Amino acid sequence: MTDLTAGSSTVDQIRDDYTAMARRKRVYGGILLILFVAMMAAGFRTADSRNAGSFIDGWHRIFDYPAEVLSEAWEKIAEMPANLVEFFPALVETLNIAAAATLVGTILGTFLALMSTRGMAYWPSLIPLFRRISDVFRAIPEIVIALVLIFILGGGPVPAMIAIAIHTAGALGKLFSEVNENASLKPVEGLQSVGANWSQRMYLGVIPQVGPNYVSYALLRFEINIRASAILGFVGAGGLGYELRNAMSWGQGRYDEAAAIFILLFVTIVIVDQISGYLRDRLAHGSEKGASA
Amino acid sequence: MSTFATNLTTSELKDEADRLFSRKRLVNFSLPALVLVYLIYVFFAFDVPGLAARANWENGKTLVSDSYSYKTHIERDNRSGQVSAAIEGERKGAYPAGEAPDWVTLGETTVIDLEDGHVVRFGPDTVEYEIPGYGTVRATPSRSAGVQAELPLGDVPDWINVSKNRLAITTDAGRLTVTRNRSEVFRYFTGWELFWFTLDSPYYGKSFPELAGLAAHGEAGAILNDFWTNKMWRHQDVAWAIFETILMAFLGTLGAAMVALPLAFMATRNFNPMKSVRFATRRVFDFVRGVDALIWTVVLARAFGPGPLTGALAILVTDTGTFGKIFSEALENVDQKQIEGVQSTGANAPQRYRFGVIPQVTPVLLSQLLYFLESNTRSATVIGAITGGGIGLLLTQAIITQKDWEEVAYYIVLIILMVMLMDWFSGWLRRRLIQGETRKKRRPRDPKVKPLLLP
Repeated sequence: MTDLTAGSSTVDQIRDDYTAMARRKRVYGGILLILFVAMMAAGFRTADSRNAGSFIDGWHRIFDYPAEVLSEAWEKIAEMPANLVEFFPALVETLNIAAAATLVGTILGTFLALMSTRGMAYWPSLIPLFRRISDVFRAIPEIVIALVLIFILGGGPVPAMIAIAIHTAGALGKLFSEVNENASLKPVEGLQSVGANWSQRMYLGVIPQVGPNYVSYALLRFEINIRASAILGFVGAGGLGYELRNAMSWGQGRYDEAAAIFILLFVTIVIVDQISGYLRDRLAHGSEKGASA
Repeated sequence: MSTFATNLTTSELKDEADRLFSRKRLVNFSLPALVLVYLIYVFFAFDVPGLAARANWENGKTLVSDSYSYKTHIERDNRSGQVSAAIEGERKGAYPAGEAPDWVTLGETTVIDLEDGHVVRFGPDTVEYEIPGYGTVRATPSRSAGVQAELPLGDVPDWINVSKNRLAITTDAGRLTVTRNRSEVFRYFTGWELFWFTLDSPYYGKSFPELAGLAAHGEAGAILNDFWTNKMWRHQDVAWAIFETILMAFLGTLGAAMVALPLAFMATRNFNPMKSVRFATRRVFDFVRGVDALIWTVVLARAFGPGPLTGALAILVTDTGTFGKIFSEALENVDQKQIEGVQSTGANAPQRYRFGVIPQVTPVLLSQLLYFLESNTRSATVIGAITGGGIGLLLTQAIITQKDWEEVAYYIVLIILMVMLMDWFSGWLRRRLIQGETRKKRRPRDPKVKPLLLP
């Protein structure tokens, strides 16, 4: 009997505790939600007030510009193939910037990653230094280096390539070193025991283990770099972005060229995304053996 | 075993092994060779040899030296005889009339001490420059006869440039230019001058303990105000610009997540049985992602003009596509059992989503959101440089003037610190919010690292 009464009072207590806890949790959640909404609203209002045109005045004009461009392009649809051909070299340049920057960045990133992983670094005491170097490389937006280099080297693809390569090296350096941390050190030790030097240990012991993951990350980076390369062209680094700015600053009358550039850029990005997505899927799920080196 | 032994001799086995080796060797050499060939092609496609000729190394030198040093201009108007001093030759850095730094003695003849024996004298008619180891150069500017220069005997060294109307001398101690209308001396110093206070502030030139003492006597507000409204370095504008950039990233990322989440439900097989809607939503994601931030920025800037709102919306639109794709993939992988469990207690549809689905996908969503918050701080800088807003705008403006390289260096340092801070902050928040994602430790062996859609 006594047990039963004691039990029921405990159940009541548990229920009270539970409802109190649930209520408290709900109150906290509500406060957080209100805070979040307030922050978003305040942020939006600040951004709106510091903008040249306000959201209320502008939102119905969003499609005016695309419509203008498209209607002009439609009128001159006969010139579209010629325009596409004309800007194809610029597209090749944009792709070359992205590809070369990805390659150089991957090589540099591999080096940074090996140098900042315990058990693989050539100078173990310098691991923190190399980590900080990749942090800083990663933090620099491409445009900063590109603008400074354009001042020294003049406009063209090289400043953009260097800028993107540096950022890529930092970003991949971090991702690669995370991959490295999961690699087995046994092959490295085995190679060391037969007298292999550092580059042999890395090339034969580490790279085969991490190769597929490296390639997968580098492909992802290539997608991102095409976009970056187009953007940097806009500030004077050659390629499609540069042509786009020229066509746009010309204003009406050359919108057919702007439309052609839009189409080239869009189609390229979609195609590269699809191909690289497919390749990465195969690398990740191992339906085929990864790269042998 | 026995079949191998009967029809394969040792030499055949060796040949087979050799073939395997040579194939591996071929792959091992051809891959780097291909990369090398491509890089050589790019080397010529980008005209790197021509670039070396076109590059302006003078620009590079000015850039580097100017980014950590400043120069003080001492200028004499040769018509009125007025001497004025200004840091970087800017009006914002000018000394009040009749005042000059202590290495300049103003008077009938203004004596400028450039140290190491280099002395420049602005006389009433003649400008003299004493150069140790070379001699004294005299120049008499006049309106009728241009600049008449008297140099010590011998050949004119290449650091002196003389013509009928102009004399320019560049030494390690400084630089003198005399033209018909004015004589000007530059002296170079290391550091970022006027970083804290401009010359018109009473706190200029005070040491830190002095300032601390004044602050303790109730002048802290005035000191902060003078620093905050520094006209040379514009700390107030810079702080606002950084805030705007972070605001763009914040509004863009969170806004994109809020728009993408409901759309992601429409694009998943297990929550949306209508195939056509699913297909359409996915194509919308692909389209928005494919159009790219650059084009969205251009289009939105036409509608809203330059500013942080345009940048925030450009990030929002682009990332809606990316988030939509990631979120819908996460939603397709949710465990149906939990939803059924919630349903068995009599929950209606919103409750099923709230208690059955959301808790499962929250970790993935949050971690992607925080990754993008950091990456979008960088994108916001770039977008700001294109549309005009935030620290990106300040940076491009400073680069366009081609002389404020110390400000460019300052902004670059601030941008790097800002991005690293956001990186650290998002990592910290991720570790706090998502249980189980602790700091990475070396695990024994885990060859399959899950490829995340990292920014």
